[in-house]
Parts: sequence; structure tokens; C-alpha cells
Amino acid sequence: MTSSPLGEYITRRSPLHRLRPGAKLLGLFLFGALMVAFRSVPVGIVALVIGVALALLSGMRAKDLLRVGRRFAIVGVLLFAFQAWQRGWEHGFAVVATLFALLLAASALTASTAADELIDTIVWLLGPLRRFGVRPEQIALAFSLTIRSIPIVLAQARETRDAAKARGLERSPRAYLIPFVLRVVAHAQLTGEALQARGFGDD
Amino acid sequence: MIELREAGVTVPAGEHDAVILQPTTLTLTEHRISIIGGNGSGKSTLARLCNGLIEPTTGSVMVSAGSGDGSHPGDNTPRDGDTHDNRTHAGETSRADAPLDTTRHGAAARRLVGFVFSDPSAQLIMPTVLEDVALSLRREHPKKADRLEAARAVLERFGIADLADRSVHTLSGGQRQLLAFASVLAADPAILVADEPTTLLDLRNARMIDDLLLSLPQQVLVITHDLELAARADRTLVIDDARVVFDGQPTEATAFYRELAARGAGA
Repeated sequence: MTSSPLGEYITRRSPLHRLRPGAKLLGLFLFGALMVAFRSVPVGIVALVIGVALALLSGMRAKDLLRVGRRFAIVGVLLFAFQAWQRGWEHGFAVVATLFALLLAASALTASTAADELIDTIVWLLGPLRRFGVRPEQIALAFSLTIRSIPIVLAQARETRDAAKARGLERSPRAYLIPFVLRVVAHAQLTGEALQARGFGDD
Repeated sequence: MIELREAGVTVPAGEHDAVILQPTTLTLTEHRISIIGGNGSGKSTLARLCNGLIEPTTGSVMVSAGSGDGSHPGDNTPRDGDTHDNRTHAGETSRADAPLDTTRHGAAARRLVGFVFSDPSAQLIMPTVLEDVALSLRREHPKKADRLEAARAVLERFGIADLADRSVHTLSGGQRQLLAFASVLAADPAILVADEPTTLLDLRNARMIDDLLLSLPQQVLVITHDLELAARADRTLVIDDARVVFDGQPTEATAFYRELAARGAGA
């Protein structure tokens, strides 16, 4: 069982599930914009509290939060070190805290919004661009494929690493990277074929 | 009905062209057709020719909803928004079942011919079960509420309504393949091509898919390594070295294939 860094849709009824996806997207956007515009230590703390609250509200449990945290840890530590070195620890904390809060809020969005709803919203948002030749349905499909590909690619990475290990090649980046890339490309081709078979690209 | 007219596939490979399928002429009208043959013999290419996933480099491939022998209700192409409820029997319809050339009318041919792959994880596109089925219904039901309702009805028909909100990743292999069938059949194709649909499944799930295949109203063309399944068809093709080497009775075909494999192993 693999899951994406953002987590997956949680089928449960929560106040966040009842909100319209457009409202959630707008909320996430405003939240992000405000956090960046007023970045400071207190704002970072408030952001973290809001992020955790949203995540819990969406039905994520403590262990889901920990999982998001663990995945973010490496990036977070490096980012903090760099920012603290460049501009002081306060700034480092503010940057890392707001980023993590945003990640939690985004996780709350994916946990409480079915991909289908999200895609409908994207189609609706891009509707006015139709007259310029934009095909919102195709962009929406690209979004959903990207979201769905994350766990698949993670699973393939693990399988390839296991295969390299089984042959005693865990120290060789070549024995891992080349088959991994080939697998991902092969999967992309299969997916393309399946899309074509199901009538995509025709209409 | 599927008709190959001198249809062949070659791909450029260095100085010589590699022949994937020799020019082949076939008229496939039987309700259940199985295709057997070794790895790399050209079976999958033949299957992919049938819905235009691969275009023939010589000759042509024609598909039509009518079966010719009237043994299945093959008039239910989803072309102009048919639903499952108003399907009629082949004898009662006056609808033109004009054959479609898969090269010139690839899109229409693919709507007529559903295709199921051996690995369902590449075939399932959307994150949840219900959404994946709904994706096949977007042409028939432009309104989302109708679409989801129709998708639920499809899941009901396949006995997996309880999985509707499950993430596709959490399904077992058998459930995944069943969902792949449900998603493809939701678009109500007249013909179904399945490329080794049970290769990745355990015995129980493989038998479940076999029974499903044999119970469908659609004309079914199945590629398989499972000779038991192959023998349950009305007609069997054996492919070897890029050509059809046997075409006829399933039991005779499987016997021929066993012999062919034994000879190959001895050589």
C-alpha cells in the first residue's frame, strides 16, 4: 500500500466534504497567498494551527499527519538550515512552518474532495478559455492522471529497489535508476494505450 | 463482426522490416472466439488491430456491430447515446451496421470495440471505483448526477456496488480486473477484445472472469494462455510466427497448439 505525499481521498462526511470544491480551492489559494504575504513567526504558528485543524477536520488521523510530516521532514530540515543560515532562524521557521501548513491544508483538500469533483471544478474554471482554443476536459484529464500516477510511480520505485536488492545491487545507482525510468516510461505507454482504447484523444 | 482483409503489420527495424503479423484475411462472426499462441507470436498485435490501437501497415480491418449469424444483440453501439434499457435484438433493428475501417474511423471503431488489458492497473484511470466507471459514461450522460447514477447501476450489474467509493489501489487483483471489465462494458461496446485478462489472477478469480466473458451479450474475442478457457469458445485461432496457423474447432485447435509447443521444445 502506497500513498501520495498529499494523501488520498477519505470517504467520510465532514464539513469540509460538504463545501464546494471551488470554495476549497479558492480558500487554499487565499490561505497560501496570505501566509506568504504576511510571513512571520506568529503567522507561521497560526498557519500551523489552522493547517492541523483543517487536516483533522477533513478526517485525517494523527498517523496521517505524522506521515505527511515524515515525508516533509527532509525538505523541511534542509530548507530551514538554508534559510536560517541566510536570513536567521526566525525567517527559517516562518518559511518552513507556512510551507508545512500549506501542505497540510492541501492534504485536507485532497482528503475531502473526490478527484472527479476537483476535475469538474477545473473544467468550470477554465471554461472561459475555450474561445482561445483551450480544451478544459483534456487539461482536467491531465490533472487526474498526474494525481493518480503519484502512488503508482512510488510503488514502482519500491519494486525496482527491491529487485536491485534481491540481486545484491543496492549500492549501484545504475542498477536502480535505469530500470526505474524504463518502468515508468513503459507504464506511461500502457496508460496511453488504455486511454486510447477507452476513446480518449478521439473527441 | 470483425473482418481482416489482407491486414498485416510490419515495423522498420534496421535494414529489414520486422514482420509482426503476416497479411491475414479473416472473417470473425462467431459469438466467442479465442486466440492462443506463444509469446511474441503476434496475438496481441492481432487483438490490437481489431479496435485500431494498431493500424495495419498493409490491407485493412473492418468492424461492425452486426454479427452476421444473429447470435447476439450486436446493435447496441453507443454511437448516438443508446442506453442499456433500449437495446433491441439483432433481428428487430433496421439500423445500418455499416462496417467501419479502423484506420479511417479509428475513434468510432474504438467505441464499437471495447478492449481489456491483462494489467488492470494501467487501465484504471480514475482514483476511485465509481469515478472510473463514470469516466466511460461521459459521452452518454453529460450531466454529472446522471453519470454517477448510471455508473452505480453498472457496478450493481457486476455485483461490486459495495466497492463504489473505494480507492482503486486498495482493490484486490480480481476486483481490479472485474472493475476494468465494468468500466469498458459501461460504454456498451458491441464487441469486446480481452488480451490475456486472467494472466495475473489466481484460479478462483480467473474462473470468475472466464464465466463473465462467456455470459456477455457482446461478441467476445479473447487472447489467452489458459487452454481450458480457449476450449470454451466457438472458434479458436492459433497464431505462430506472425501468422494464423490453425483456425477452427477449439478442441482441435488446443490439440494442435500442444503439439506445436512440444515440437518447438524438441527442436
